[in-house]
Amino acid sequence: MRFANKLSVSRSPLRKSAVMIGLVPVIMGALAFPVQAQDEEATGEWDFSGFAAMDLRVFPDSALHSGQRDQHLNPSLVLQPEVSYEWNDGDDRIDFIPFLRVDPQDSERRHADIRELKYLHIDDGWDLKVGVDKVFWGVTESRHLVDIINQTDAVEDVDGEDKLGQPMVNLGLQNEWGDVNFFVMPYFRERTFPGRKGRLRGSIPVDTDKAEYESDMEEFHPDLALRYATVLGDWDLGLAHFYGTSREPRLLARPDANGQITLIPRYDIINQSSVDVQATFDEWLWKLESIYRQGQGDDFFAVSGGVEYTFFGAIGDAGDLGLLAEYHYDGRDEDDAPATVFNDDIFVGARITLNDTADTDFLAGVVFDRLDHDKSFSIEANRRLDDHWTIEGELRLSDGISESSPIYDARRDDHLQVRLNYYF
Amino acid sequence: MNKILLASVFSLSLAAFAGSLSSGSALADNSDPVAKGTAVAEEWDRRDQGFGDSEALMKMELENRHGEKSLREMRQQIFEIQEDGQGDKSLTVFDEPRDVKGTAFLSFAKTFDPDDQWLYLPALKRVKRISSKNKSGPFVGSEFAYEDLTAQELKKYTYTWLRDEPCGDLQCAVIEQTPVYEDSGYTRMVSWYDLSEYRQQKIDYYDRKNELLKTLTFGDYRQYLDKFWRSHDMYMVNHQTGKKTRLIFEKIEFQTGLQESDLTKNSLKRVN
Repeated sequence: MRFANKLSVSRSPLRKSAVMIGLVPVIMGALAFPVQAQDEEATGEWDFSGFAAMDLRVFPDSALHSGQRDQHLNPSLVLQPEVSYEWNDGDDRIDFIPFLRVDPQDSERRHADIRELKYLHIDDGWDLKVGVDKVFWGVTESRHLVDIINQTDAVEDVDGEDKLGQPMVNLGLQNEWGDVNFFVMPYFRERTFPGRKGRLRGSIPVDTDKAEYESDMEEFHPDLALRYATVLGDWDLGLAHFYGTSREPRLLARPDANGQITLIPRYDIINQSSVDVQATFDEWLWKLESIYRQGQGDDFFAVSGGVEYTFFGAIGDAGDLGLLAEYHYDGRDEDDAPATVFNDDIFVGARITLNDTADTDFLAGVVFDRLDHDKSFSIEANRRLDDHWTIEGELRLSDGISESSPIYDARRDDHLQVRLNYYF
Repeated sequence: MNKILLASVFSLSLAAFAGSLSSGSALADNSDPVAKGTAVAEEWDRRDQGFGDSEALMKMELENRHGEKSLREMRQQIFEIQEDGQGDKSLTVFDEPRDVKGTAFLSFAKTFDPDDQWLYLPALKRVKRISSKNKSGPFVGSEFAYEDLTAQELKKYTYTWLRDEPCGDLQCAVIEQTPVYEDSGYTRMVSWYDLSEYRQQKIDYYDRKNELLKTLTFGDYRQYLDKFWRSHDMYMVNHQTGKKTRLIFEKIEFQTGLQESDLTKNSLKRVN
C-alpha cells in the first residue's frame, strides 16, 4: 500500500524479542532487510496500536472434574499490542504482534504468544512473507474446515477462531488467471489445552509436555502448502493442498510414571486437499468447503456447506437481518483420527447488524447433531462504547449432550463471557 | 434496425454534442428539459474523465440529534475505469475508531449490475465477499448511504432540468435525477450544478415515499491538475432524524502511480 501513515515518530532500533522460540534464524533474515533499505529510503514510518481487554467468564454450574478450580467466576486479562514499520512507500513492512493472557485460575491458559512477527515485501505481481503470521482460508461460518495453516489456540475460546502465530515463508504470485501461494512452514506449533485447574476440558487433562509425533523430526518437520485462489464473476474459488503435521492431534490415553492415566497429544503426518467456494447472488451467499485427508486411519472426506440470506434494512431504520443455515458432514475414522463434533450436524443461525454508530451486532445460532441429538447454542453480541472502548458478550450453552459426544465432559461448562476492550 | 430507436439515439448524441461544445446558458433549449438536464450531467461527467487515480485521507464526523459526536478516519484509493458498464475500483481502509483499524473495503462498481464487494477483517485475517444489495444502507453508521459514496456514474440516473437559479455567488442548473439502478433508497434527487465549472453544489435526496430525507452540501472545492475539482467538505443532514455527518478530505493526491493490480482481493490481505 502506498498510503501515508498518520502516525510518524522518529526511528528507533527494533529490538529482538527475547521470547522467540527457535525461530531466530527466520526472523533474523527478516530483520536484516530494513537495515539495508534505510540507506536508500530514509522515510520509513512506525505505527503503534493494539488493545487490552478484561474478560469475565461466568459458569453457573459447579466444576465436574477433580482438580478443577470450583469457582463460578473466571476473570482474566489480555494484552495485544501491534507495532508496524514500513518503508519504500509501504512496499516493505515489518509487523510485530505479541499476545499475553493472564488467567489467575488456569496456568495453561496463562500464556504468551507471538501472533505475528513478519517481514512482507510487495512487488509487481508477487509478494513474499518471511516470519510468523496468521493465514485464514474458507467461507463458512460455523466450522472452519479448510483453514489449516495456523494451530488453534484452544485455551482462548471453544470456537476455534483464535490461532497461534505460524512461522513460514510464503511466496505469492498474482496472475490474470488467479493467485498462487506457496507456504513452507519450518516449525510446528502444538495446540494449547486447558490445564488441570481449568474449565472446558475433558475429564482427564491433556499433558502437552509429552506430545508425540509421527515424524522423527517432531515439530521441525517442514510442512508445505499450496493454494490457488481466483474470482470468476460472482464466484470466489480456492483450491489447496497441505502436506505435513496435522494441526489436530489425536489424544491417546497413556499411564504416567505414577501409573495415572494421562492424555497425550499425537500429531500425525497428513496430506489434505481442499476446495472452498462462495457464490454471491444478490442477497444470497452460497458457501461450500470440503477436504479429503490421508494419514489418520482410512482416508476420509468432509464437507461443510450452506447459505446466508440477508434482509437488508429489515430491522429498525437501517438494520440488516441475516439468516444462516449450514450442514456439516465428516467421514473420519472414530478410532484413528482426531475426534470432531461436526460428523453429521446442522447449524442454523441469525445475524443482526444494526448499522448504527456503535456498530452493534448480534449472532445467535445452534448446532444440532443429527446422530446424538446434542444441541449447542451460542449468542454473541458486540457494541462500541466510545472511540476507544468496546464491549462483547458471548453465551454458550449445550443441551442433551450424550456420553459419546466429544464435548460430553464439558456438559457442565455452559458459560457467559463478557469482555471489555480498550483499543489504542 | 428500428428507426425510432435510431432517431432517439441520434437526438441524444446530438444533445451530448451540443452540451460538450456550448456553455451552460446555451445548452439545449428549455422546451426539452430531459435533453437539457442530460446535457448538464454529461458536461459534469466529461469534465471529470481522465483523472486516472486518486488517493485521499478522509475524516468523517458523525453527530446525533443530541449533538454527540464520533469520528471515523479512513484512507481511500480510487482507480478510474473508463470501460462502458464498469465503474471505478476503490479500496477504503479504516484507521479510526481503533477497534476497526485495518478493516478494509474493496469495491468494483458497475453501472447497472450489482457492484462486486469484499470486506477484510484484520482480527481473523479473513476476506469476505459481501452482498452489494445494501446500497441504501448507511456507511459505517453515518448519514451517507453506500450509494451516495460509490462511483457516481453518468448512466446510473436519468436527468431532467428544472430551472436555473443563483446558488451562493454562482449560477446553478437545478436538475432532477432519478436512479435507474436497482435497490436505491431514493425515488429521486434534486442536484444543483454550478454553470461555471459544472460541480455539484448541493443534493436533496427524496426517500421511497418521495419525502425529503437528506441534504448534502458540497464546500471547499479545490482544483487538481488544472482540471479536476474535488469538494473537501461534504455535509449531510438527515431532515427526518436530525442526524448529521461531515465528510472532510484532509488530503487528495492524483495520479500517484496506483495500478489496477493494486486494487484486488489479494491486496486486501496486505493493507496496513
